[in-house]
Amino acid sequence: MGNPSYDTATARGLWGWINARFPLEKMLKEHVTEYYAPKNINVWYLFGGLALFVLVLQLITGIFLTMSYKPSATEAFASVEYIMRDVEWGWLIRYLHSTGASAFFIVVYLHMFRGLMYGSYRTPRELIWIFGMLIYLALMAEAFMGYLLPWGNMSYWGAQVIVSLFGTIPVIGDSLAEWIKGDYFISDITLNRFFALHVVAIPLLLVFLVVAHILALHEVGSGNPDGTEIKKYKDANGIPLDGMRFHPYCTVEDVLAVGVFLLIFCGVVFFAPTMGGIFLEPPNFEIANPMQTPPHIAPVWYFTPFYAMLRAVPSAFGTQIWGVIVMFAAIVVLFFLPWLDRSPVKSIRYKGWIPKVALALFAVSFVVLGYCGMKPPSGIFPLLARIFTGVYFVFFLGMPWWSRWGRFKPVPERVTHNAH
Amino acid sequence: MRTSIRVAALGATLLLALPTASFAEGDAKLPHSDNDVRNIPSLQRGARNFINYCSGCHSAQFVRFNRIGTDLGISEAELKANLMFTAERSFETIRSSMSPADARKWFGNAPPDLSLMARARSPDYLFAFLTGFYADPSRPTGVNNVVLPGTAMPHVLADLQGVQTLLPAPPGEAEDEDADVTSRLKPGSSGTLSPEKYAEFARDTVNFLEYIGEPAQVKRRDLGVWVTLFLLVFTGFAFLLKREYFRDIH
Repeated sequence: MGNPSYDTATARGLWGWINARFPLEKMLKEHVTEYYAPKNINVWYLFGGLALFVLVLQLITGIFLTMSYKPSATEAFASVEYIMRDVEWGWLIRYLHSTGASAFFIVVYLHMFRGLMYGSYRTPRELIWIFGMLIYLALMAEAFMGYLLPWGNMSYWGAQVIVSLFGTIPVIGDSLAEWIKGDYFISDITLNRFFALHVVAIPLLLVFLVVAHILALHEVGSGNPDGTEIKKYKDANGIPLDGMRFHPYCTVEDVLAVGVFLLIFCGVVFFAPTMGGIFLEPPNFEIANPMQTPPHIAPVWYFTPFYAMLRAVPSAFGTQIWGVIVMFAAIVVLFFLPWLDRSPVKSIRYKGWIPKVALALFAVSFVVLGYCGMKPPSGIFPLLARIFTGVYFVFFLGMPWWSRWGRFKPVPERVTHNAH
Repeated sequence: MRTSIRVAALGATLLLALPTASFAEGDAKLPHSDNDVRNIPSLQRGARNFINYCSGCHSAQFVRFNRIGTDLGISEAELKANLMFTAERSFETIRSSMSPADARKWFGNAPPDLSLMARARSPDYLFAFLTGFYADPSRPTGVNNVVLPGTAMPHVLADLQGVQTLLPAPPGEAEDEDADVTSRLKPGSSGTLSPEKYAEFARDTVNFLEYIGEPAQVKRRDLGVWVTLFLLVFTGFAFLLKREYFRDIH
């Protein structure tokens, strides 16, 4: 198995001893030192690595927060303030974690947009996309449950609103919402189970899915902005001609990316940890109060595009289920992306103006919906939300057709790359 | 590559600019509190004001006396003599001397804890609240407030400020662009402090409230400068390292 020189009888030194018993060197070569990434990948290809960096940051800061946090309705709010005031560097750990949650979504959204731009989900990378979407779902669950833990008033009412969405499902809805809460309302028991899921179950699932995502990627190889396959052209040793070793080339690039990321990230952590009420909302500095709703309930910014879609759909036939269906459909439709896209080329670089305009409209609709979701549903916002919910769905459901329209440029056989 | 960076920069700008814009508009315009959490004498006066005028009814249950002492340069002896009227030991937190049950009986609801009020509202809001009481005979307390209409809180600072009157809105006139919620208030009966001195009093108190909302905030910002400088150097070297390695890639 593996390197024949690593035989239990002849292997030398600690490295040999280990490798005769565990494929350490083999794995390192396969995934790090001899994994070949296309050398034309650009700045958009850095967000996957950054997402992994933020995941580790969240796991580590999360462990330290758990050491002082109390998952109890009577103690949770005070324990967070205890962390902010009395625990050594507690304020830093807490801000890293709360800012990390928003940063996670920013890098993941940019990572997903890269996929849309360069057709990263196209054959043979469908499963990478599916695993990625599952990571995104797990991340949303993780963020939602984590947001309840400080037990502020927005935590409480945000959870109340989102759990009540399940209550709109006909017949089983009410019992389902009750089952999720473990009570008739959001209570201590809800807080405890969300804590268990937030710190044990979903992180485990996330790490497992990330491993699957990366294994699937390394099996078929990384895509690139030209949409070519670097494995088609190999030298005599079987090394892709347009590839570069992951280590040291991608790692050194990732270190630079982490530096730039941390400059922005620490700018927020140290100078604007609440981000003007976007990352930490003012009502969450008041303890959960079941008798008093905040003046305006909205989920945290990373959920607001979907929240805007939920509110954009009016209730009909005596039920509000339609908005809930639309909201979940907006996420489910993403899973089918590899099969909706029928374009003859993968990358936006070789597409005509129709797919470019479509992608731009999609990006605009996502941002506008996110903005509408933050605002109270009055004035122009309900109308905007309806229009852009339409744009969002036309983008996906019309994709089998529009993705084939227009003129396409010829895709080069080898990657286009300027040494720099 | 260039285009993608430009697209990314535009996207980031949009993401950051939109939410900020959304919070700028909306509610009634507040006056600026103009407080400065680095002004230690102001914070010390604010602590005195808080203990003398607020802590009779309001607690600050997350705020320890010895933390105030350390951060504001007040010795243990001075703390005991001047601030710790409801506490025996300096690690205790600021507790109100009124029980919540009594408070509900007397005022209708218990006065809120003030540890985090500056974060839940804003320093500007608190400044408007403290300067925004005016005479209103229809209220049980005889006063009302421009930012919290129907407040149960009596004007405990009336001795200092006097009781203001609220002028009716000028009919048919377009709203003055610079007008904030307090601009229609006019001094009524006089208090022991001039309007300017009273504004100083309110500013010091708000300053203290902002400080107790997040005692680590000054340290946070100071440390942030060093972290940013380190990261600039780190990123600079990371860039040079990357450039060196990428000389191999043709």
